[in-house]
Amino acid sequence: MTRERHYIPESRQREKPKSKYFAIGHSMKRVEDTRLLTGSGTYADDVSLPNMAHAAVLRSPHAHARIVSIDKSKAEALPGVICVMTGAEAAEVTGPCADFSSPPTTQHCIAVDKVRHVGEAVAAVVAESRYIAEDACELIEVEYDPLPVVVDLEEAVTSTGDAVLHPERGDTNVALQRTITFGAVDEDFAAADLVIERRLRWPRSGGTPIETVGATAHYDRGTGKFTIHANTSMYNYVGWLIAVSLKVDPHRLNIVPTDAGGSFGSKLFCHKVCTLAGTLARAAGRPVKYLEDRIDNMTSGDAHGSDRLYDAQLALKRDGTMLSMRLKVIDDYGAYFQYGVGQHGNAMAQVTGPYGITSVEVDLTAVLTNKCQQGAYRGFGSEVGNFVIERLVDAACEELGLDPVEMRRKNLIPKDAFPYIMPTGNMYDSGDYHAVLDEALGMIDLEGWRKKQAEARKEGRYIGIGISTCQERSVFSATEFWMWNPNETPGFTLSSSPESVSVNIDPTGKAFITLNAPFWGNSPETMAVQVLAEKLEMDPADISVGYADSDKGFNSSGPGGSRFTVMIAGAVSGAADVIREKMLRVASHMLEADPSDLEFRAGSIGVQGVPGKEKTLAEVALHAHYFRLDLPEDHDLTSGIDAAYVYDHPVTTMPSEDRSDLGIFYPIVGHMCHIPVVEVDVETGKVDFLDYVAVHDCGTMVNPMTLAGHVRGGTVNGIGSALYEHFHYDESGQLQNALLSDYLHPTLMETPVDIRVGHVETPSPFTEYGIKGGGEGGRMGAPPAIAAAIEDALKPLGVKVDSLPLTPKVLRGMIREAEANGGG
Amino acid sequence: MAEASVTLTVNGREVSATVDPRTLLVHFLREQLQLTGTHVGCDTSQCGACTVHLDGRAVKSCALLAVQLEGADVTTIEGVGGPDEMHPMQTAFKENHGLQCGFCTPGMVMKGIDIANRHAAPDEATIRRELEGNLCRCTGYHNIVESIAAGAREMSG
Repeated sequence: MTRERHYIPESRQREKPKSKYFAIGHSMKRVEDTRLLTGSGTYADDVSLPNMAHAAVLRSPHAHARIVSIDKSKAEALPGVICVMTGAEAAEVTGPCADFSSPPTTQHCIAVDKVRHVGEAVAAVVAESRYIAEDACELIEVEYDPLPVVVDLEEAVTSTGDAVLHPERGDTNVALQRTITFGAVDEDFAAADLVIERRLRWPRSGGTPIETVGATAHYDRGTGKFTIHANTSMYNYVGWLIAVSLKVDPHRLNIVPTDAGGSFGSKLFCHKVCTLAGTLARAAGRPVKYLEDRIDNMTSGDAHGSDRLYDAQLALKRDGTMLSMRLKVIDDYGAYFQYGVGQHGNAMAQVTGPYGITSVEVDLTAVLTNKCQQGAYRGFGSEVGNFVIERLVDAACEELGLDPVEMRRKNLIPKDAFPYIMPTGNMYDSGDYHAVLDEALGMIDLEGWRKKQAEARKEGRYIGIGISTCQERSVFSATEFWMWNPNETPGFTLSSSPESVSVNIDPTGKAFITLNAPFWGNSPETMAVQVLAEKLEMDPADISVGYADSDKGFNSSGPGGSRFTVMIAGAVSGAADVIREKMLRVASHMLEADPSDLEFRAGSIGVQGVPGKEKTLAEVALHAHYFRLDLPEDHDLTSGIDAAYVYDHPVTTMPSEDRSDLGIFYPIVGHMCHIPVVEVDVETGKVDFLDYVAVHDCGTMVNPMTLAGHVRGGTVNGIGSALYEHFHYDESGQLQNALLSDYLHPTLMETPVDIRVGHVETPSPFTEYGIKGGGEGGRMGAPPAIAAAIEDALKPLGVKVDSLPLTPKVLRGMIREAEANGGG
Repeated sequence: MAEASVTLTVNGREVSATVDPRTLLVHFLREQLQLTGTHVGCDTSQCGACTVHLDGRAVKSCALLAVQLEGADVTTIEGVGGPDEMHPMQTAFKENHGLQCGFCTPGMVMKGIDIANRHAAPDEATIRRELEGNLCRCTGYHNIVESIAAGAREMSG
């Protein structure tokens, strides 16, 4: 269907934001906590099935090599070994892993013929214990024929011949090259007084949760059906693709979700581990558990984050008015391409940031190299966009002698401009960016810090203040995954990216909510309870929550893209409407009153204006369950009170055929302002936080306590990305920091004593109650703010920050170089 | 394969078991005793998710062999407090939103109790220094520090 450009569908919001809530907006203690605090959670490794065997994986020491031969005889002879599988053997029964790129790259759960990165699976062993399986891996003899290794993203653009990872895609490691222009870029650059140019490097890091990925699979020969328990997320969205890999019909695979010990995007799908465990269980004839160890996860977890080199330009007027951007970017995707360039589709949702820029051009080159492939990490590519635009804004301030706060204030989209269509065609639904900026400035004594900074500099100490004002898009629709594909493929129509819940009221009037996506570290149970309690004015203690497996589950895209709170609120709200209606019908018979004269009161249903004439929810529920036939005839009224509700994406439109307009695809847009104050020790390169303010606007807050938890945790992820974390591959493609002993998460000693969190609430006009997503925000705002603070601290030395992470060693190098060049 | 026997006390109950001598304490607890509240995160003793109490002090159970523990007294998160009677430190984590995914949490609680046992009113700097060997990827640590301070106050009160 052709629509007028920049068409905004009518809002489907049913629950308007309210001035006073029964349960929403309260910092309710989490429903999830008691079981997790008492050791009663069920994480992937906590699953145990009768007669279960254990798997271990032999991994490639080479970054790129042909597999010449594998001798597994010694491993098979080890007592306790049940079976050993090579990639060729696995490929006889199991097809390639799921892949969303177009055309797909072919990845097997165990490599076939060729390995493409260090850590890729070469063989797998099933044994009576993990210890024995690991021993057996050491007995497998593999002969490799090394191939040329590609690790540099610029060299990858030109590599040919044996250095090409997937020759079937052509004699090149360029997986995708495309330039898309939105708006009058040439004209805007011609009209500019000034063009800021920066070459910016964003390093490869990853979510690296404390729990790795694991699956316990059982294959029932009698029914031909797999059951796989795993800490995967999108099992009710695309879990059926694992069945395709296992070569069974989707109804012959039941995926049972476990608790996930953190994800940050990295457990979005985890199809490879599920496929491997299923393959091994079928071969072994016994249930098999495979849990990645730490090296498995870091070298082959399919979840490295963006790894980008930008040549970025910002066109401005001399007064600081931002006009246009040109971004030329190479992104190192590693050895496979599971989500295509979804991360760049994502970035297009907010590529021009919170500023009134009217045009942008993006020239994207995605390359394949001999590294672990990219997956999702908190921000899914948009966090890099935030870093790039904020670095350009700060560079412009420096060039024009403008104050970074005033520069931003001048260019932020004003609050009366919403809903706002940004240059790519995506919509920013609502916002008050100046209010967020003012709230942050009100929380920090900027003038006082400037004075302390000046005094410190006299003592040879380097204090710096940074600021970032960034977008946090939330609630994706699937456009982000395919918009960069050639226009003629793949021909999707508008995707609904739904989420659903079911709600059952038991005979005593208490509620059970079933979610169709798992717990992966956030607070889905608490969110669902608060929204249902709001709708039914129930005591939250009377509501409990569970998770459906894929046999019983239905439409769910799961958490990801900061969508889950918005989407389950929509689903719970819709289900609660059905529940309410049925309870009112039952109560109306019991009270002999018209349903329209009834109201929900805390814990009961009563006749409006008649105090005391009421039935408790328990009485209504009991009647509905057991005594329906005692009620007068009422068409369609059957026993029990339950509802299932599917909530579709609240507002999305199609891209134009030529992609000059991407349509609305990531429209529920929050905003944030981060202001860190840092001190850089120029002798050691260590960065300490003296203060940190983070103000977020995520629309209506369901639970301020958990939202603040997300902001703080995400900010510390951002500190890791800015200061410490980098998957470091050497020239031969060896990952040199595949353990948490050398891949450095921030510990308590590197994190701010207090990240002071502030909130502004600009409700979305499109979602139930006006809720926006807030799951990724901290990491999306912290890196540019920290980069700015460090640059500000080292201004006397003339240090410029163009790449991350700023480890102590890197910073010392920059300081040394600046001093040698006469700085300071 | 040679096997070894070991007798120790776990959560107040005496346990005698036969183990492969190379069995790590954490695997003994998780797999032989089904005490799955103690977690493995990093394999290299960085993360502290496997922290338990050995004779009253916090230790990383991935860095001990089960056979080393003849006669020892081990307490895991399951021995600290159950859902109906949580330990003050567990309650403090709930009250102060000291957890998100919960995977590091049993280790944090065990270490927190150990800190509180050795410091009557630990200040923020003490808690941070003591907790350096425990990683959390979710919370940014702020609320964990608050939780331990609150739990320690409750324990000493």
